[in-house]
Amino acid sequence: MSSQPHRDDAGAKLGMWLFLFTELLLFGGLFLLYSAYLARYPHEFAVAGARMHLVFGTLNTVILISSSLLVAMAVTAIQKGERRTVLLLLGGTILCAAVFLFNKYLEWSAEINRGIYPDSPRLNAGPPGESVFYSLYYLTVGLHGLHVLVGGTLLAIVALRVRQGAIHAGNFVLLENGALYWHLVDLVWIFIFPLYYLIL
Amino acid sequence: MIMTEPKHHIIGYGSLTKIWLLLLFLTGLTVWVSRQGIGIGHVWGSLAIAATKAGLVIAFFMQMRYEGRLLRWLLFVALLILAIFIGLTFFDLLYR
Amino acid sequence: MSPAAESQPVSSSFWNDTGRTGIFSWIFSTDHKRIGLLYLYTALTFFLIAVVLGVLMRIELMAPGRTIMGAQTYNALFTVHGVMMLFLFIIPGFPGAFGNLVMPIQIGAQDVAFPRLNLFSWWLYIIGAAIIITSLFTGGGPPDTGWTFYVPFSARTGTNVSLAVFGVFIVGFSSILTGLNFVTTIHRLRADGMTWGRLPLFVWSLYATAWVQILATPILGITLVLVIAERLLGTGLFDPARGGDPLMYQHLFWIYSHPAVYIMILPGMGVISDIIPVFSRKPIFGYKMIAFSSLAIAAAGSLVWGHHMFTSGMSDMAILVFSFLTFVVAIPSAIKVFNWVSTLYRGSISLEAPMLFALSFLLLFSIGGLTGLILGAAATDIHVHDTQFVVGHFHYVIFGGGVFAFFAGMHYWLPKFYGRRYAEKPAIVAWVLLFVGFNITYFTMMVLGMKGMPRRYYDYLPEFTALNLASTVGSWIMVSGLLLMLANLFHGLLRGTPVGNNPWEGATLEWSIPSPPPTENFVVEPVVTHGPYDFKGAGIP
Repeated sequence: MSSQPHRDDAGAKLGMWLFLFTELLLFGGLFLLYSAYLARYPHEFAVAGARMHLVFGTLNTVILISSSLLVAMAVTAIQKGERRTVLLLLGGTILCAAVFLFNKYLEWSAEINRGIYPDSPRLNAGPPGESVFYSLYYLTVGLHGLHVLVGGTLLAIVALRVRQGAIHAGNFVLLENGALYWHLVDLVWIFIFPLYYLIL
Repeated sequence: MIMTEPKHHIIGYGSLTKIWLLLLFLTGLTVWVSRQGIGIGHVWGSLAIAATKAGLVIAFFMQMRYEGRLLRWLLFVALLILAIFIGLTFFDLLYR
Repeated sequence: MSPAAESQPVSSSFWNDTGRTGIFSWIFSTDHKRIGLLYLYTALTFFLIAVVLGVLMRIELMAPGRTIMGAQTYNALFTVHGVMMLFLFIIPGFPGAFGNLVMPIQIGAQDVAFPRLNLFSWWLYIIGAAIIITSLFTGGGPPDTGWTFYVPFSARTGTNVSLAVFGVFIVGFSSILTGLNFVTTIHRLRADGMTWGRLPLFVWSLYATAWVQILATPILGITLVLVIAERLLGTGLFDPARGGDPLMYQHLFWIYSHPAVYIMILPGMGVISDIIPVFSRKPIFGYKMIAFSSLAIAAAGSLVWGHHMFTSGMSDMAILVFSFLTFVVAIPSAIKVFNWVSTLYRGSISLEAPMLFALSFLLLFSIGGLTGLILGAAATDIHVHDTQFVVGHFHYVIFGGGVFAFFAGMHYWLPKFYGRRYAEKPAIVAWVLLFVGFNITYFTMMVLGMKGMPRRYYDYLPEFTALNLASTVGSWIMVSGLLLMLANLFHGLLRGTPVGNNPWEGATLEWSIPSPPPTENFVVEPVVTHGPYDFKGAGIP
């Protein structure tokens, strides 16, 4: 017998924010490493950064920012009781996530074809700072990609619950929390973009 | 017993779109700045623009503007501790 | 695990679950009390396994040269001993067991904020533990890196480091979720009248602990991922040959692992703060300062990780800064000790088992803390770094501090949850054995370290023989005390004399409800009108 304690939306949101802090710190460790190695190898980082695919990076930035807009609009729509709009907006967000990952796939394939991946002969032969840059790039972006995947799945579940009517104008904290998670994915990318694609 | 909490602030589609346009503009700006050949020094500029973008996302998309004082303080503490972790490490890296 | 239902004096307690039956009523329960007991028993199991490993190490060190095992086995033993004691016993055990059992009741809540997440945390802990145990018997055998998994060795050794590290990662995730749950609970679910100024100090300490869990553990998570990436993908981020910096691993690791020491000790300090006023029959001295110093320790403790790296080639500037900050942490710790002593002053002290453990905490923690300053000052640290002195020091803090407080908590709170109590005399005999054995075991280690015996070696020079033998004999005394304590405790909890609601005449909320508590804790939602140590306000003479 676990009698349900009364609903506490503010508590649920607080819990979500705390979770986002842990995500922030998780990526924070990688940014810490980045800053340490940037201080040591400014020149190598600039050379390696100049070789990144700026078009992919910029395109993905625009996609993520737009997806963030869509999910924020979904939170507005649910409060107005526009269920169809919510579903469309969430669908749009998930589509953005898929396109983002597809771009990532294309970009990584291109990099790997050029012989740029952790422990590749080309990087091992090159200057040490560059291999550090690319290792960090693969780890950070890979971890971020994993978050895109998780966030997309989470929003798909939320969309399903909206369809079922479990999430509605009177109870939408799950949608809010899903949206918060998605914004975090966007936030991390906002920092990844200049640090890896624009550094030269 | 469904208690809708009245304090929820609904942000209109219009204001969200404005923030989105601002974010796109800042993205364009940061790309443009990086092409100007100022060298490695532009890292700080890029980070400042990124921080502005992050601030916009947090304040409006994540609705921090409309949250109570508690969440804002907690966010501040979390960011501060990350900054301290990075900052203290540099006492080692810069003086080695 | 569960005592026979008929042995329980109160019929409508959380022991008589109305839902599932048997083991499933435990491992799928979302009741914070059942989850707390799950944590208690799993954590104690790992504790006992790690104790056995510790005793084996002591037997190996009884005489110089090979005694019962070779170097590789010894390396594996100290690694697994450390990993289990820290990641599987004390870090999840304290918040998981006593935090879960007591905290919601102390703030007047029915459960934690996210009961299902709470159960999920325990499952993650079990899964992580299973992975760690699997790593001992598969692949290249048990890891031999020490619990710190330092690169470059951890990136190269052929033992099963990747799997063990992955297990620790999962356990860390469990720890994060517990912390998140507790912070939300303490913010949102306090009963009417339970202001921040009326929170029991144990709750304050858990609150500070939870923040460390939330903000520091992710750094450990990413560090461990990096070790795995180093091994599996060859990222080379810590490999100097490819531009990496092994010291960055140490920075990242200790950014978590030094604050983690406070995850181990802060809840212990909270237990002590709750026990001392009850057994001195006096309100706590300096409530606000103790509460505040918990937060101060958590905050300042997050800034001192560099003192583990004084001899590893860090810059002199950083040594200076971290050495200074380390001394700063001593201030809030000392504030606590002085306040506890002031609470004792002119109190009507009754030396029952929980109090004896609490008092020995005071002494042992003070020794541990002060020897910590010897290590925190760079000049002295360089002489005793990586010697047995360090081993003695951190056992005084974590065992003499944290684990003695854990034992104090077991004697103090478990009667509440079983409705029965243990026999007093054997408990005191057990305490004497533990206390004496403890000091013989670890004080000799500190002396050995001063004389220059390094840590993590299975062999030593013949001149260290006498003290090592003494230390080993001490470990036997300690273990006999431990076994007596556990036997007496659990025999008493299952078969002993029933206790009423308030056997110790405490004023915190858990003593206002039946022993064992009903499933929903409070039949009527409580309204708090007095502070946690206001015995008069609680109507206790």
